[in-house]
Amino acid sequence: MKLASPDRPLIMRGVERTSLGRFLLWLVPWLALLAFGLYGAYLCLALGLNQTNLDNRFAFGLWIFLDLAVIALGAGAFFTGFLLYILRREELADLINSAVVVGFVCYSGAVVILMIDVGQPLRAWFTFWHPNVHSMLTEVTFCITCYLLVLFIEYIPIVLRNRRLRRIPAFLVFEFNLHKVMVVFAAVGTFLSFFHQGSLGGLYGVLQGRPFAFREGFAIWPTTFFLFILSAIAVGPAFLMLVTRLAEALTRKRLVHPRVYTLLGRISGWLLVSYVLLKSVDTLIWLNRTAPAVGFLGHDFYVHAAFGTWILFAEIVLFGLAPALMLLIPRVRQGRWAIVAALLACFGIALNRFVMTIQTLSLPSLPFDKLLLYWPSWQEMASFLAVIAYAVILFSLSYRYLPLYPRERELQADRDPDSVAPRAASRTTLAVGGAGAGTLPTSRR
Amino acid sequence: MSRNTTHRVRYGMAIDIDRCTGCGACMVACAVENNVSVPPPPAGDRKGLTWIRVYRLHNERPYPESRTAYLPLLCQHCGHHTPCVSVCPQHATDIDPETGIVSQIPERCLGCRYCMAACPYHARYFTWWDPVWPAGMEEIFNPDVSPRMRGVVEKCNFCHGRRQVALQRAAAEGRRQIRDDEYRPACLEACPVGAIHFGNLDDPKQELYDLVHGERAFRLLERLGTEPKIYYLSSQPWVRRLLHNGIPASRRHPDGGRPDVAALRHQQVLARDPRAEERRRS
Repeated sequence: MKLASPDRPLIMRGVERTSLGRFLLWLVPWLALLAFGLYGAYLCLALGLNQTNLDNRFAFGLWIFLDLAVIALGAGAFFTGFLLYILRREELADLINSAVVVGFVCYSGAVVILMIDVGQPLRAWFTFWHPNVHSMLTEVTFCITCYLLVLFIEYIPIVLRNRRLRRIPAFLVFEFNLHKVMVVFAAVGTFLSFFHQGSLGGLYGVLQGRPFAFREGFAIWPTTFFLFILSAIAVGPAFLMLVTRLAEALTRKRLVHPRVYTLLGRISGWLLVSYVLLKSVDTLIWLNRTAPAVGFLGHDFYVHAAFGTWILFAEIVLFGLAPALMLLIPRVRQGRWAIVAALLACFGIALNRFVMTIQTLSLPSLPFDKLLLYWPSWQEMASFLAVIAYAVILFSLSYRYLPLYPRERELQADRDPDSVAPRAASRTTLAVGGAGAGTLPTSRR
Repeated sequence: MSRNTTHRVRYGMAIDIDRCTGCGACMVACAVENNVSVPPPPAGDRKGLTWIRVYRLHNERPYPESRTAYLPLLCQHCGHHTPCVSVCPQHATDIDPETGIVSQIPERCLGCRYCMAACPYHARYFTWWDPVWPAGMEEIFNPDVSPRMRGVVEKCNFCHGRRQVALQRAAAEGRRQIRDDEYRPACLEACPVGAIHFGNLDDPKQELYDLVHGERAFRLLERLGTEPKIYYLSSQPWVRRLLHNGIPASRRHPDGGRPDVAALRHQQVLARDPRAEERRRS
């Protein structure tokens, strides 16, 4: 007979989680990766940024590129909150908690990396003390800090709904009241997110000295400001879809109702297709008008083999238009290809951030200068792997002890026991928090 | 205080490329004057520290048409929409309205390097290492300039320390203004061929005024519209072609400043292959 996990009192009633031993075994490699990454980060902080392969020309590198990509992917948190609390798409209640956790790990991870990336992390507060209101980075700093606080506040009620913590009446009351005002935080989060997603685009769009990145725009905002918002809200739901599918595959359970995927796919598809359309128009204006006005021909940007026109094609068509059209076709959206489409879309947005950050710095601006390439050092890569490990660990812990998917219990109960039995018998692979190998199918109820 | 002691000037420079021999004396003088630290060997030219860097230009032609020139590149002290000043999140770099000098405040710098990404001239340098100097070099430190700590951005400030000293001397003598010959950057003094000229760009009485308004003068990446205050002088067609960024403003399309793409393309073809025009004619 199987003994109950020692942490059983912490796990939600009526849901299955793997044994504590297996769960810890799952965490071990991630903890090892985290430790390795923290060592890399320590070297950068203690010995200085000479530990990186960044240089005077490549002032920004892997970290900024991945930060921008991760923040775009984390946009699912605020956008789901917006759809659920403001537009009242109730079906998204199935995954709002997981969306908050995904957003929180993405943003907190990005902020930690930024702290390593700057040369004087202890002076980070200077931006609040001597803010240059004309700088996009000031806006980014303000909005991301505030939004991380909002995400933290949104995370609190999820933590307080833990089985053990719920027993404390004060926590229960606090959580109940916090939940009542959550719509306010959803609105604030949406407002802040729109601005910092845009400002992250603006970071490069305003660089008048970098014709490859510079864009004209409206008032003080270059077009990249709007394109970054649109691309982030387009790809946020796709990334949530991927994370949830991955969690379902690892735990071998249905965690959300299938109609949630359909909704996420449809939203992502429509937004992505509008993004691709606007991005194409923007690219044409930039190549034919903006760049020549400052003395550069569009052709000049693509003469180098490393960054030929293929990258433009890949960004807009292969990883933009293709997944957008896939997600717009209902049969594809509901089938397995939806995962491929979501993957392509996420990769496309990462590629866009890569182009804006790395390619901009690679291309020469001085007429006698040459193309410059850069490869990150192991310390840079390790620091970022630590963030990924941190994200997996926090998500796994949240999944095990918190109600990340509120309908999980209901969906398990709805399932036909006959169809559950053969799957449970073949459950041999390691699961994030799924039922252990020795669990009897009948105990799933 | 200093607002009352100076008049409004616009400091700038003219560098004669045809005279420059690429000796690098300006780089050495600059480093000594401004207490620029010496990064350890792995630094190389990508992580090194130098506020003025001499680039080698070549016309990419075989002998006997092969030609070389040298281009000392420092902060261009952009006067309009200064790329670095507009992006710095915490006012760690600023443009002084009294002098037009783009300054850097290392004590306030976060080290985010956004200004470096913004600068099209790559004239900003990051202190990747703790500042160290070869043993004994501390003896010759310039007491008028603070050394910078690790993790901040530094760059040319037209030897601002010298200007401060000149102002103090003038004040001690009861003068409110400094004379033209009292304030000159170290690179200018070190240049053995007199290729560097410095002064107030707005003062028609100065030699600099005639130089920057002469036919030999041009600026780097002029079309970006950042109004750099460093002018380069050259009579060599290949140098002028190589360094010209697109079509001059006067050849802009008449309706609303739309760029003349055909002219721009033609100019770029010429820059890459100066014989193209002759071949086309023949």
